[in-house]
Amino acid sequence: MSLAASGLTLFEKIWAEHLVNQRSDRAGLIAIDRVFLHERTGGLALLGLEQARRKVRDPARVFCTIDHIVDTFPGRGDQTRMPGGCEFITSTRDAAKRAGLRLFDIGDPDQGIVHVVSPEQGIALPGLTLVCPDSHTGTVGGLGALGWGIGSSEAEHALATGTLVVDKPKTLRVSFEGSLAPGVTAKDMILALIGAHTASGGVGYVLEFAGRAVRELDIEARLTLCNMAVEFGAFSGLIAPDDKTFDYLHGRPFAPEGVAWDRAVAHWRGLVSDSNATFDREISIDASRISPRITWGTSPQHVAGIDERVPDPAAESDPRRRQAMEQALKYMDLSPGDSLSGLPIDGAFIGSCTNARLSDLRAAAKLLRGRRVAQGVRAICVPGSSRVKAAAEAEGLHQVFIEAGFQWRESGCSMCFFAGGESFGAGERVVTSTNRNFENRQGPGTRSHLASPATVAASAVAGCITDPRRLDPGTQP
Amino acid sequence: MNEPFRNHRGIAAPLYRINVDTDAIIPSREMKRVSREGLGEGLFANWRYTDPATRQPNPDFVLNQEPWQQATILLAGANFGCGSSREHAVWALKDFGFRAIIAPSFGSIFQGNCICNGIVPVILDDDTVATLARSEQENPGRPITVDLENLFVIDSEGNQHPFNLGEDARKMLLEGLDPIALTLTQDDLIGEFLNQDRQKRPWVYLENCSTSSAE
Repeated sequence: MSLAASGLTLFEKIWAEHLVNQRSDRAGLIAIDRVFLHERTGGLALLGLEQARRKVRDPARVFCTIDHIVDTFPGRGDQTRMPGGCEFITSTRDAAKRAGLRLFDIGDPDQGIVHVVSPEQGIALPGLTLVCPDSHTGTVGGLGALGWGIGSSEAEHALATGTLVVDKPKTLRVSFEGSLAPGVTAKDMILALIGAHTASGGVGYVLEFAGRAVRELDIEARLTLCNMAVEFGAFSGLIAPDDKTFDYLHGRPFAPEGVAWDRAVAHWRGLVSDSNATFDREISIDASRISPRITWGTSPQHVAGIDERVPDPAAESDPRRRQAMEQALKYMDLSPGDSLSGLPIDGAFIGSCTNARLSDLRAAAKLLRGRRVAQGVRAICVPGSSRVKAAAEAEGLHQVFIEAGFQWRESGCSMCFFAGGESFGAGERVVTSTNRNFENRQGPGTRSHLASPATVAASAVAGCITDPRRLDPGTQP
Repeated sequence: MNEPFRNHRGIAAPLYRINVDTDAIIPSREMKRVSREGLGEGLFANWRYTDPATRQPNPDFVLNQEPWQQATILLAGANFGCGSSREHAVWALKDFGFRAIIAPSFGSIFQGNCICNGIVPVILDDDTVATLARSEQENPGRPITVDLENLFVIDSEGNQHPFNLGEDARKMLLEGLDPIALTLTQDDLIGEFLNQDRQKRPWVYLENCSTSSAE
């Protein structure tokens, strides 16, 4: 402890506000404000609790959605293309009902991907702690909520006790200075960070995203930025709430109203890092120099500018990284020096908790309007929530996607990962707005290139990896 | 309840790749039932089998080779267990027989999941893990020890390599405690916290509005 008076970071304020008890040197017993479950791992947690004859401590603050393996075809029910998927859905639904949870079930107009639903419904609010047995729970950091992913056992702990034992992470501020160039997005920012500092660069840290480019992002883009903090290895990511945050949340179903709203906003205005706060580590990135990014390998750290070439593992001095690069190039069927731009593709996917909100769909539709997906490219759009889908349809975006040759689906996690059901197929090259390009993630042998929704749309139209700025006269580099 | 872990001597399998994600540890399609059991067969399915459908073993994969088929300790690369939060990754490793994993760093959710399931996540520096892995490859099957009481790894030459683990996690593993039962002994503290917090942050607390809208 320093004797000099030092301010607190945003994270330290949230931590202090939730610390029930200091359990040991590093670990604190932390109050959990919201738990969100889904059918892939949440049902297991509820069943585990029942088997141990324990109860959910405060069911009013626990939510459940059906998103991970539910079919996304129109007219869907409990049957899934994933073998055995139905059992996950029905057992989770039954357990959620027995526990008295708010369930966003199939057919519910508010159903959707957990990390799209929680901000959309105002379930996540600034300064709250929110956990979910899903690694992308840090998404809600875009609202200034501290969210993190846990396993099923920890989910049981959070449900039964309303708390979790957490090792306090160190703090890392990532400042994106300057403004983004036109046509460059939050997805490109986070991929640039991971590319520069590796997929384990954030291990042991909670991030605070700061700087002009972050303040200039709208809320949905901030959610995208925080969504992939986990791909950087971070415990979570946070952005200080501001007027944009409050405007976004006002009137949402689970947000406070009236006097309670005013009182909450007054409190939330204090959720910023003090000017004299110190972070354990700082990273600064010039946002104005970021170009659209696309991954070439099997880790999010295998990423480059869309106008760059596949790097040569021989130039990598670290033997472990070199070996991983070689393995990745073999899997991706690429060679050092290959141009990324112009690489022919078989599939295009717009979806996931990373990039399937209304603004993402608008960005893609802007490039698809009046154009057609190239022959031989299977293109699919899966809105992040049923509300996003309805909002997109209300402004006619679905027509743009359908006329361009995209499939227009019901909401869910869909082909962000392969669970035994749908896949793009072995050896197929896919440009995808999702978050993980791991081997076999989207299907056995499928080759995934992560990018922004605009890059996915531009590539779908061209039939090859394409800089979205080439299709949008307003964003020419 | 987990078996208490004091110290463990066993064969260590070298799987020294960086960023091994939980999709690789257990592919999603191997999570077939709503259960924690029987997941060992799906462990590393994409690498371990030439064809995951027929379960034809891939002879090049370390866990298909003697003596590492009997391994109970895994020597892994940095950021092991990154990616998806699926606890199935840990259940699969445990079902296969692993009791400890030694790596330069872990995915944080995976690390927490290990502790919940009685598997010791040991962090040693990159060079030490690399040396252990190399020595295992040169002289396969010479057991090493993970001593949780004294917080060091003893390599096959008898050298001690100290490591750190949070006090709370260590206690949990040493005694095989049920973390929920342990926290519930502090139920009064939690209740007191909630009463005060409800005054300070009333908007956090919701009325029970439940009932599924799909009914």
